[in-house]
Amino acid sequence: MNWHRFHRLVFAAATVIVVAACGSTSTAGATDWSKQTSASGGGGMDALVAAAKAEGKLTVIALPPDWANYGAIISGFKAKYGIDITSLNPNGSSQDEVNAFDGTSRAPDVVDVGQAVALANTAKFAPYQVKEWNDIPGGAKEATGLWYNDYGGYMGIGYDSTKVPAITSVQDLLGSAFKSKVALAGDPTKSNQGLNGVIMASVANGGSLDDVSKGVDFFKQLKQKGNYVPVVGTAATVKSGQTPVLFEWDYLSASHGKDVPTWKIFVPSNAIIGGYYSQAINKQAPHPAAARLWEEYLYSDEGQNLWLKGGARPVRQAVMTAAGTVDATAAAKLPAVPGTPQVPSGDQTSKASQYVVANWSAAVA
Amino acid sequence: MNAAARPLGGGRRLPLSWLGVVPFFIYVGIFLLLPTGIILAGSLVAPDGSISLSNFAGINQPYMFKSFTGSLEISSVSSILGAIFGALLAYAVATGNPKGFLRRSVMSAAGVVAQFGGVTLTFAFVATIGTEGFVYLWLKDRGIEMYPNGVWFFDLPGLTLIYLYFQIPLMVLVFIPALDGIRPQWREATESLGGNAWHYWRYVAGPLLFPSFLGCTLLLFANAFSAYATANALLTQGGVILPLQVQALLTSETGSSSPGLAKALALAMIAVVLIVMSVYALLQRRTSQWLR
Amino acid sequence: MTGARRVRLQILRAVIFLFAAAFFLVPIGAMFEFSTRGIGVTAPRTLSAWAAIPSTPELATAITASLELAAITSIMMLALLLPTMVWVRLRLQGLNRIIEFICLMPLTVPAIALVVGIKPLYIWISLNFTDSILALAFGYLILVLPYAYRSLDAGLAAIDLKTLTEAARSLGAGWGTVMLRVVVPNMPSAILNASLLSASLVLGEYTFANLLNYENLQVAIQYVSLVSAGTSIAVAVASLLFAFVLLMILSFAGGRLQVRSPRGRA
Repeated sequence: MNWHRFHRLVFAAATVIVVAACGSTSTAGATDWSKQTSASGGGGMDALVAAAKAEGKLTVIALPPDWANYGAIISGFKAKYGIDITSLNPNGSSQDEVNAFDGTSRAPDVVDVGQAVALANTAKFAPYQVKEWNDIPGGAKEATGLWYNDYGGYMGIGYDSTKVPAITSVQDLLGSAFKSKVALAGDPTKSNQGLNGVIMASVANGGSLDDVSKGVDFFKQLKQKGNYVPVVGTAATVKSGQTPVLFEWDYLSASHGKDVPTWKIFVPSNAIIGGYYSQAINKQAPHPAAARLWEEYLYSDEGQNLWLKGGARPVRQAVMTAAGTVDATAAAKLPAVPGTPQVPSGDQTSKASQYVVANWSAAVA
Repeated sequence: MNAAARPLGGGRRLPLSWLGVVPFFIYVGIFLLLPTGIILAGSLVAPDGSISLSNFAGINQPYMFKSFTGSLEISSVSSILGAIFGALLAYAVATGNPKGFLRRSVMSAAGVVAQFGGVTLTFAFVATIGTEGFVYLWLKDRGIEMYPNGVWFFDLPGLTLIYLYFQIPLMVLVFIPALDGIRPQWREATESLGGNAWHYWRYVAGPLLFPSFLGCTLLLFANAFSAYATANALLTQGGVILPLQVQALLTSETGSSSPGLAKALALAMIAVVLIVMSVYALLQRRTSQWLR
Repeated sequence: MTGARRVRLQILRAVIFLFAAAFFLVPIGAMFEFSTRGIGVTAPRTLSAWAAIPSTPELATAITASLELAAITSIMMLALLLPTMVWVRLRLQGLNRIIEFICLMPLTVPAIALVVGIKPLYIWISLNFTDSILALAFGYLILVLPYAYRSLDAGLAAIDLKTLTEAARSLGAGWGTVMLRVVVPNMPSAILNASLLSASLVLGEYTFANLLNYENLQVAIQYVSLVSAGTSIAVAVASLLFAFVLLMILSFAGGRLQVRSPRGRA
């Protein structure tokens, strides 16, 4: 055989072998993404993107498309990385999300849960710190990265301005113009949103984050006056006019604007109750790299601005405003918050929940 | 095996007979009894992880009792009314052409609607007779106020009415085979003995159909007892019926999730239906003695 | 039947059907009306809520899966339940109450509690056998037991099972022939109704599939139903219509089970 050709053949063969070996180690061997606590630890963002694409799928849970603009976030992620997203149980509660961690390949990879559920389930999460970790305030994250706040909002009273007079205080709702009109967006004995609505009513009526009884009493009065509608408020009930006044997170209330153009949101200045949700990664995520890429996407400027567009307040908003990367038009559309917000702690929420569970149906049923 | 030579009764049939039910029991054992056992095991675990009956003690609270009575009330009323109206509708269908289009479409519609429930059923009713519903407004325009003493629609009566929506079709579907079994000879026999329609129904067809009727009513009771999706969508008033309590205890996101108590409640529900079933069995034995 | 009685019967039937139609069709009409509303009070009617339905991700896969599940569950139900019920009626009457109670049990517990108990089993199946959604059929069979049992029981009570089987056996028929050519043709409506109930339950089932992380029809459309208010209702009406058409087709197929002319009317 021609020596020269032999050399070239061996060189070509060697190159192929080396490239194949390198290719396989970078996707299957060297980096176990389920153990990585940051993108840089696993070899950088490019390695993460490649690993995620190799996994090809991501499973999320309890993310309705009109909740804080998640519909656009999911399609944005799909378009940017070409990774398929399976969206489980869109109406699920935070507890449902954690209950779905069953160790099979169909379990969710990431969750977006309320504070109480996040705190109670840290053993099921894998620690991870996104690139923008330092932008998240200390009180809004768990130190090693087991959970971290993503967006939040304030409890507000949304109303159809053509059906009821403008609301200037929570006590207005006791008036006769509000007969059979006031509803909650969830049952306070099990829904985080419902409970915060009652807490807001309590604070506005002389109670506090530690005393939710005034809120329960307020709804009892509403019921006695015939103003309370015990139907769960949804987009359909708002559009059909069954629940023209609705206690709801302000970013969720904002989504009704497309069905009812005259929808307005009122946040009482003496009772600004804030609530933040938290991201966490399943310790046994079937697609660990895709899960971590999702988190990076959510905390990137693009992701945070999409949440802003949905009417929510992303956790990096202050930092982004200072850096000029925030979506100014979306930020301007947020309801004005005339005062200092109060955020119930885990303990305060539990205590309030216990009181409500024991006393709610007696008050309003 | 010579089938003609083998008697149907007597002989060494006992051990072999049991083989016939083995597949059923194996299947049910794995997929129903085992999960029930898991629920039972879970109900015996207290929140701190120890084995105790504390979860059952947790049922002993005022708002739980209220849920119990609420559930019993709704289930009894909707099952009895659903059985009566369903039997009437089934009769209207059974007396028509068995191959006709009317029967087919009513059966198919019943099959679909019997499983309909949840948020959309609630919405449909609220859109019809809720305070903004078009039937309510139509009646109001003509001077008829549906809710003179407060909106009963949002209380148990309203929930019962909504439950009838799937109880009646269920009754139609499960009761019609019994009506199909009515023979013209019974009617002829009654008439040839000088009886009229009243005699026929009171002494012949009624007693013959009663055991099936009772069994179907029991099914409707259990159906209503465990239904929660509809109530869940309608009521934000806490756990006014038991299934809502169970759901709240399993899926609450406000930190009051308590799976042990939920399982204890589920077992309590099974116990209630067991009691109802015993009453039903007693009634059945009394009324069908002469049939067997 | 005398002429006067026939007329009275037809009047009674007409009245019953009228009330039934009003009670059942009006709410569905309200749903349809709502799903075609435009934005704002004076906006024209629109089908845009309906147009969103075909865009459901994975809709075709989910529909196929649900249809397969409905078929598998119905067949398994008939194969497991009917022979057992016939056998118990003929030979083991003492077990009657026990079987009845077991078949009622799935209804006594809310589905969410049942799922909690059955979940460990499904995790085991997922990890050791198959991830396929068709594994749901085992759970669904449990869910349809109450309805199927009651329907088949009413049908079995209406025929003289003992005489029929004795006659067939004494003529030399094996048990297979007895079941397929004697029992089944004599209870066509019971079998059809049991299948209708099973199919309709599977098509409308949400809780099991959802909590076990499978994507069946109801789970798949749940996502798109949350896109807008009108879509959520349009999806429900579409789902009802789909199931209705399917069951009508099934009822025509069931007509073949009936060998003879109708057995009798009151």
